[in-house]
Amino acid sequence: MPDTGAYPSEPEAAVARPAVAIRDVTLHYFSPDRETLALANISLEVRPGEFVAIVGSSGCGKSTLLSLVSGLLQPSAGTIEINGETVTRPSPRVGYMFQKDTLLEWRSVLDNVLIGAELLGLDMLAARRRALELLRRYGLGEFMGSLPGQLSGGMRQRAALARTLCPNPDLLLLDEPFSALDYQTRLALSDEIAAILSAEKKTVILVTHDIGEAISMADRVIVMTRRPGRIKTEHRIEFPSFGIGRPTPFQARKCSEFAGYFQTIWDELDVHQAE
Amino acid sequence: MQISVISSSAQKGPAPAPPPQRSAAYQAYLRGLRWRSRMVQGWQLALVVLMLILWEVAPRANWVNPMLTSYPSAVLSTFIAMMQDGSLPVHVWTTFKETVIGFAGGMALGIVCAVVLWWSSFLYRVLDPFIVVLNAMPKIALVPIFYIWLGDVASIYAMAIAVSVFVTVLMLYTGFQAIDPDKIKLVRLFGASRLRVLTKIVLPGSVPTMISTLKVNVGLALVGVVVGEFQAAKAGLGYLILYGSQIFKMNMVMTAIAVLAVISCLLFLAIQGLEILIARRRGMS
Repeated sequence: MPDTGAYPSEPEAAVARPAVAIRDVTLHYFSPDRETLALANISLEVRPGEFVAIVGSSGCGKSTLLSLVSGLLQPSAGTIEINGETVTRPSPRVGYMFQKDTLLEWRSVLDNVLIGAELLGLDMLAARRRALELLRRYGLGEFMGSLPGQLSGGMRQRAALARTLCPNPDLLLLDEPFSALDYQTRLALSDEIAAILSAEKKTVILVTHDIGEAISMADRVIVMTRRPGRIKTEHRIEFPSFGIGRPTPFQARKCSEFAGYFQTIWDELDVHQAE
Repeated sequence: MQISVISSSAQKGPAPAPPPQRSAAYQAYLRGLRWRSRMVQGWQLALVVLMLILWEVAPRANWVNPMLTSYPSAVLSTFIAMMQDGSLPVHVWTTFKETVIGFAGGMALGIVCAVVLWWSSFLYRVLDPFIVVLNAMPKIALVPIFYIWLGDVASIYAMAIAVSVFVTVLMLYTGFQAIDPDKIKLVRLFGASRLRVLTKIVLPGSVPTMISTLKVNVGLALVGVVVGEFQAAKAGLGYLILYGSQIFKMNMVMTAIAVLAVISCLLFLAIQGLEILIARRRGMS
């Protein structure tokens, strides 16, 4: 946070630098029988604290884009910057959530939450304190000693969220984190997670094929084309009918604007054209 | 049977309170379950008794030649005599020791090889056909060569290891490959090196595979040891079987075989105990 005190009249100055800047990124995949263009000339900026959702049909490369931002994959061309630094490898400031909870079934819930701190070599005492705090807040306090196999699907995904948040990342990459859950759990958990993330002021990129989920959670929805993945359109999501403040995902689904956004994005995705 | 006991005690979801009242129908259902499992055990016992009776009666009634089959009461008295003169404990201990050491050696070598192959996919691609062929080859054909190369003691251990190591490598490598790639991705996102991926994910995640490998290997190590003893040994149950058949003492042969059956049963139970212990610690995953 540079010079915030000196120029209080210009709070925008500190915000000007994007949290994530994807610049003209292209990715080729090689396999013995062909070369595939997975992503073509993607450019996208995400402001600090912004919640961006990327929707597209399966195979459009949206998960690949997250792998690039996380630093596990390198683009064939173009650059990705997080807080002004070019991404070359995974960073502890970036948290990642998977479609499956990927909890390690041989570790207790607490030890699962602590694995990040353990691997990153963080202060274990502080990490432990934060882990316990997170687990308590997510209603898992009494299950910290349990094994993942003893938890329900929603609880497991909350434990996975605690694991992602324990090293305190400021950017979160969510790769369809709700799609393995049943419908009711999904709605309840997306409400919970939206509340947690906006309270912690995280920057979020959510990848999903669920249009409703994207509209109800995000500030901005990016629609991607079929392979090669390009950015087709962008929608700023606002719910003036809700009045002041931001609706929860559940409330957003009931706002009058919701159906309009849904129809527009549905048409843009051309779901029927695929088959 | 023990496994089913475990899985029914592993509960999904938070703290399920047992229902305070059981309906008559539910109680009848539980009684039915208990009765069925008792019937299964009863029949198992009955089969053993039936076999023993048949084995005892057939030679005595001269349906079969007692010289060829011996019979349980003769085996029992041979067993007691050999226990008293101290020869049987020596043979049992020899075979048991060779089996356990050969088994542990095959397992350790197999784990090391599987890890090396996991580490270098290039090496795996180079060596894969050789391992498959070596696994398919009858290792017993090597017994005389091992004896010439390694002598009477080492050749038995070598046989126990040779019989079990290739299948161990193949089973473990397949298990390593079956680890959820997202779990590996998870630790790589936290900056884990390849060694950390191995120690934090691949090895602990492969414990169930290791246990099924152990189960296969217990039997294989015994095969290796007994066959090795046929060729080389001056003691051990394999030696006893070969010696007894050469001097046509079927009582001795049958005693050795019965003791072998007990040993393999005990080793298997030990592995199963280990499995249950680990399953408990892992909350039955």
